[in-house]
Amino acid sequence: MVARLAGEPLDLYQGMILYVEGLTVAFDGFKALDDLSLYLEAGELRCIIGPNGAGKTTLMDIITGRTRPDEGKVFFGSKLDLTSMTDHEIARAGIGRKFQKPTVFEKHDVWENLELAARGEKGVWASLVGRRSGELVDRIDEVLETVGLRDLIDQPAGTLSHGQKQWLEIGMLLMQDPLLLLVDEPVAGMSQQEVERTGELLSGLAGEHTVVVVEHDMEFVRSIANKVSVLHQGRLLSEGRMDEVQNDPRVIEVYLGA
Amino acid sequence: MSAAGRLHTPLLGRTGWGALALFVAVAGVAIPILNVLPAEDSALRVPDFLIALLGKFVCYAIVALAIDLIWGYTGILSLGHGVFFALGGYAIGMYLMRSIGIEGVYASDLPDFMVFLDWKELPWFWYGFDSFPFALAMAVLAPAALAFAFGFFAFRSRITGVYFSIITQAMTFAFMLLFFRNDTGFGGNNGLTDFKRILGFSLQDPITRVGLYSASIAALVGAFLACRAIVTSKLGRLLRAVRDAEAKVRFSGYDALQYKLFAWTFSAALCGLAGALYVPQVGIINPGEMHPANSIEMAIWVAVGGRGTLVGAVGGAWLVNATKSWFTVAAPETWLYVLGGTFVAVTLFAPDGLVGLLRRLRLPGRSGLDGARSGEARPRGPETRRPDSLNVGSLKAKSLTESET
Repeated sequence: MVARLAGEPLDLYQGMILYVEGLTVAFDGFKALDDLSLYLEAGELRCIIGPNGAGKTTLMDIITGRTRPDEGKVFFGSKLDLTSMTDHEIARAGIGRKFQKPTVFEKHDVWENLELAARGEKGVWASLVGRRSGELVDRIDEVLETVGLRDLIDQPAGTLSHGQKQWLEIGMLLMQDPLLLLVDEPVAGMSQQEVERTGELLSGLAGEHTVVVVEHDMEFVRSIANKVSVLHQGRLLSEGRMDEVQNDPRVIEVYLGA
Repeated sequence: MSAAGRLHTPLLGRTGWGALALFVAVAGVAIPILNVLPAEDSALRVPDFLIALLGKFVCYAIVALAIDLIWGYTGILSLGHGVFFALGGYAIGMYLMRSIGIEGVYASDLPDFMVFLDWKELPWFWYGFDSFPFALAMAVLAPAALAFAFGFFAFRSRITGVYFSIITQAMTFAFMLLFFRNDTGFGGNNGLTDFKRILGFSLQDPITRVGLYSASIAALVGAFLACRAIVTSKLGRLLRAVRDAEAKVRFSGYDALQYKLFAWTFSAALCGLAGALYVPQVGIINPGEMHPANSIEMAIWVAVGGRGTLVGAVGGAWLVNATKSWFTVAAPETWLYVLGGTFVAVTLFAPDGLVGLLRRLRLPGRSGLDGARSGEARPRGPETRRPDSLNVGSLKAKSLTESET
């Protein structure tokens, strides 16, 4: 896979896209992450599961620059140290995130939401003098088709249903075209049909993109995951194919057996 | 709107350009002519006092645009814009002081207050203010520089919401105290006054005054179009996005700090320009302009007119000030109560201001969408509404947008 960044291509030494090494972070003495290490291969679809408080969201926060770790490093490719970058720099480097609660620009219409998410110049001046290109319009049209919101382009995003918002947010990630996609509980509150469509979409994205999904819905995880990482109390408890993980006695004890 | 129709975002619609042309014809052409040409006792004549009053109102309207850009569109409530207005006023006031020459009371080349303080030479920060272009540039650059420095530290520390508003109050208060001191070098308590001429024209001459009024109208039209260009660009959409979901903006790869800083600094510069046009027309600038209450009043203009619509902000400034002019003559002691009461009433019953109210009257049932279209700062997510009412709203929205195209 070739990194398609505007600047320098990402250095994917031995096909690894993300290195999480020895992360520790404590909030008021509570260790949310405890010496956690995790590696992601470029193009894979990884599911991260674990009970509440296992550190899943904290891990996402650190990768996207929202939280700083007390110890440890996160490398994007083999050169970019994410722990020294700001959130918008990380986003520009090619990491996209979908939050647990759908986060869209509620007062902008669907089309504008996708426009603002699009990859490209992000500076103030470019935004002031830049004009919409035909290329952008076409790309938005493509994404609208993929996420099935074409009939709603003039609607303020705030008036969409919960499921439609989730889809819009996924569409915004597609516009951003990140190398690594972090998706937090994508199917929460979705109907069975929507869950299936989301599963197909995420599986389709893997390969060209690297996708990390944090999810509680085990049925959903089973349907999409090649490889699962189980977190528990801020540590990596187990890692492997879904059936392997399910049969791991430690996992059964803390999570699946509960 | 079709996808292809999105390629072009016009600055103003046809009605918008029409209304603007009408405004220029009446306020920029007809009123000055009716002040200058008809005989003194003619019924058609626009009296001089009215020109002076309207000139002030036009400056206030520019201030309202500036505040609307940062508050209505970017969601940052400033309660300290009076300081930017006053700095612009002081810059041009310094030029006006210098242009008095030796016609002052003490017949000295120095401004009277310096002679009075027994200063022997011009302080270094008064250098250059003999030149009108320099003073005009400073009227814009000084407030912009202050805003940039203040905004940089405040925004970088992620100070938002009411905390930010409070420190803007503290800022304007601190500047007021600073300018009250004689030693600061701007005339202390009395400020700068007794101006004689601007660019060689006597400030007592009615023609000069109508000229200043016309210049203010031109500045207002320019400021309106500049703000319009900003809010219709992608930059404007990002400012509104910062207002509604700043974290999402950052995770989309935009440096939200830069965007806020741009809007904030531009707003301050615009306010400085308004101050520079205001001072020659009223003939005085003193630290009272920096009083925190003045800045709060400015925010009220915008709240009354309607945040997030440029026309609303201008209308609000005019309406509140017209009411003020009437009240301060008819019942001066009641004015502050009226102002405070208006603010409370607007906040409670018309959060979108008069523009929101008018829209609701004209298009009943569309109110939910109006909030979405205009700049309502209060988040009103669909989760607070029932799904069925939501659907009705969206259907209406659709048919409306279709009929527009």
